[in-house]
Amino acid sequence: MNVQSNPVTSDDTSARVLSYAEAIREAMAIAMQADPTVILMGEDIGVYGGAFQVTLDLIDRFGPDRVMDTPISELGGAGVAVGAALTGLKPIFEFQFSDFAMLAMEQIVNQAAKLRYMLGGEAAVPVVFRMPSGSGTGAAAQHSQSIEAWFGHVPGLKVLQPSTPEDAKGMLLAALADPDPVMIFEHKLLYKTRGHVPEGSYLTPIGKALVRRAGSDLTIVAGSIMLHRALEAAEKLAVDGINVEVIDLRSIRPIDRETILTSVRKTGKLLVVYEGVKAYGVGAEISAMVAESDAFDYLDAPILRLGAADAPVPYNPDLERASVPQVDTIEAAARRLARREV
Amino acid sequence: MMDTDNRPFAIRQYAPAQLREALKRMYLIRRFEEGAEDSYTRGMIHGTMHLSIGQEGSAMATCMELTDDDKITSTHRGHGHCIAKGADVGRMFAEFFGKETGYCHGRGGSMHIADVKTGNLGANGIVGGGLPIAVGAALSAKRLGKSDVTVCFFGDGANNEGAFHESLNIASVWKLPVIFVCENNGYGMSTSTARSTAVPHIAQRAAAYSMPGTTVDGNDFSAVSEALHIAIARARAGEGPSLVENLTYRWRGHSKSDRNRYRTKEEIEAWMAKDPIARFRAELIAHGILDEAGADAIAAEAVADVQKGIEFAKASAAPDLSEVTRYVYAEAAL
Ligand SMILES: Cc1ncc(C[n+]2csc(CCOP(=O)(O)OP(=O)(O)O)c2C)c(N)n1
Ligand SMILES: [Mg+2]
Repeated sequence: MNVQSNPVTSDDTSARVLSYAEAIREAMAIAMQADPTVILMGEDIGVYGGAFQVTLDLIDRFGPDRVMDTPISELGGAGVAVGAALTGLKPIFEFQFSDFAMLAMEQIVNQAAKLRYMLGGEAAVPVVFRMPSGSGTGAAAQHSQSIEAWFGHVPGLKVLQPSTPEDAKGMLLAALADPDPVMIFEHKLLYKTRGHVPEGSYLTPIGKALVRRAGSDLTIVAGSIMLHRALEAAEKLAVDGINVEVIDLRSIRPIDRETILTSVRKTGKLLVVYEGVKAYGVGAEISAMVAESDAFDYLDAPILRLGAADAPVPYNPDLERASVPQVDTIEAAARRLARREV
Repeated sequence: MMDTDNRPFAIRQYAPAQLREALKRMYLIRRFEEGAEDSYTRGMIHGTMHLSIGQEGSAMATCMELTDDDKITSTHRGHGHCIAKGADVGRMFAEFFGKETGYCHGRGGSMHIADVKTGNLGANGIVGGGLPIAVGAALSAKRLGKSDVTVCFFGDGANNEGAFHESLNIASVWKLPVIFVCENNGYGMSTSTARSTAVPHIAQRAAAYSMPGTTVDGNDFSAVSEALHIAIARARAGEGPSLVENLTYRWRGHSKSDRNRYRTKEEIEAWMAKDPIARFRAELIAHGILDEAGADAIAAEAVADVQKGIEFAKASAAPDLSEVTRYVYAEAAL
């Protein structure tokens, strides 16, 4: 795995290092310690510790009344979290896999996202949905999807994608502090990656992208695991004198227009890399955003998108790998773009 | 001790002033919906609406013992629930007319009518949408150590949604203070319960979730209030949820588009003869709670309130068009 040598934080060895999963767990523990209205809900999150062990041991610290194993009942469970959020609790609801949110679409999209608006601002739904997401585990079509863009289409939701342990913690704490429903797409392959995580409570601002690598020749916008692949590709390109700026998208809704447009005005070239299916995805939104702005005048090559193949996520490991952007495909696309061979 | 009082439960249980207020609210529901229907015909209300005329007894008796701290979740046929829970008809009309003074500042309309301050968490455009939410509200009450209960209204049609089954199951395993109130009016749009539902009485489904299930005459105020009294006591005592099925009937069509081709005139007339308001009024008079003149005065008050409400709504301002995205997210604290 590329992400094992995480280029974002690997030089940060002196500082306190946690895994992405540990960072999320630490955020939950801090929030639960500070605020008795924070509860965890989900399938097998108690003694089992969650399918990805993210909630491990929290039941020992906070008890089964606050770390609640739900039945295998996504619509009911998510809806209970929505109703509880509407009436004074702050539930963190873990979907065992983000794919299973489809069984709860009604409560997320029709209820949580819209209640404040439908009630004219008289109600709030401060719920957090944790969404283990992405391919690369061999779990095939129904356990590997990257559906974050679906929720980007829904006013009323906030949609985040942490790429580092530091952000995974800070985003969860920010989501809990936010009065509206927030969905956090955690990449399954990132759970074991390690990096510096500050102590105590801090909030990663929602809706702010971050330039992870400054450059002048072209801009790559990527989030979650794609950020790591893009950074690795950027290092390879640097050897050949191609100087890539890499932006960590971090938040899909709201999206940080300014950071992206500023970079495009500087580099004149844009590659958007994401793990969701390429068509109708995050890349389309970002491309259109640039095309509709003054940054369009700064472009000196077409915008490129790299996303997942137009297919369900396949089982065969080579097919699976080929179905989503990898370091080599990102590198190749960026090279073509830098040379204007598009 | 022998209970020798043979009067109906409601007469024994509630003070005369409470009973008169309940009659007033039932009249208010009826006149409100007639007023809404009339306003719709005059083009002052757009969209569609679902009238509960004929079901007022179910709404009012169900809410009889609820305080503003107790919550309800409501349905697309929710005007009666909203008024029974204590809403002001002026702000309801304002909402229906799309005005900024409406309960939802003109963003919700009939199908999302809500009054959070009186504990009404809102009507719902999704059949079954309120069920898990009600269970969540009950979870909040339990977790926060409050004695509030949540009443979850839903229709017979909703009882075939997965949300119904998931919600009853979770409420039962977690012993939550929620009362599921099915207003069985015989139809989900055009589809009768006989054609949609595998059990003759929806309350039987309670057995699958180990909770009490009771079927009552939903047009009998006293019977409904008694069933709720028992279910609320159980919920407040921490013993868990109940399912109450109120058998009732909607006199009007499902919504504005209904051409009534799935039921007979005879059936509708038979149910109109069982008017819950006339029945409750006669019961109150028979037990000396009020006399004919007193009842007429209450009915007249409802007419006047509705008239005033319509005037308030008409005079209210519409939302500013520049504020179409207001209330999507919390407003930044000033
Ligand atoms: C999920 C969903 N499916 C279908 C509809 C369309 N619809 C609205 S009301 C209704 C009938 C509901 O019947 P019931 O639950 O018995 O309530 P009633 O209208 O009789 O009060 C239908 C089919 C909807 N709004 N939501
Ligand atoms: Mg019905």
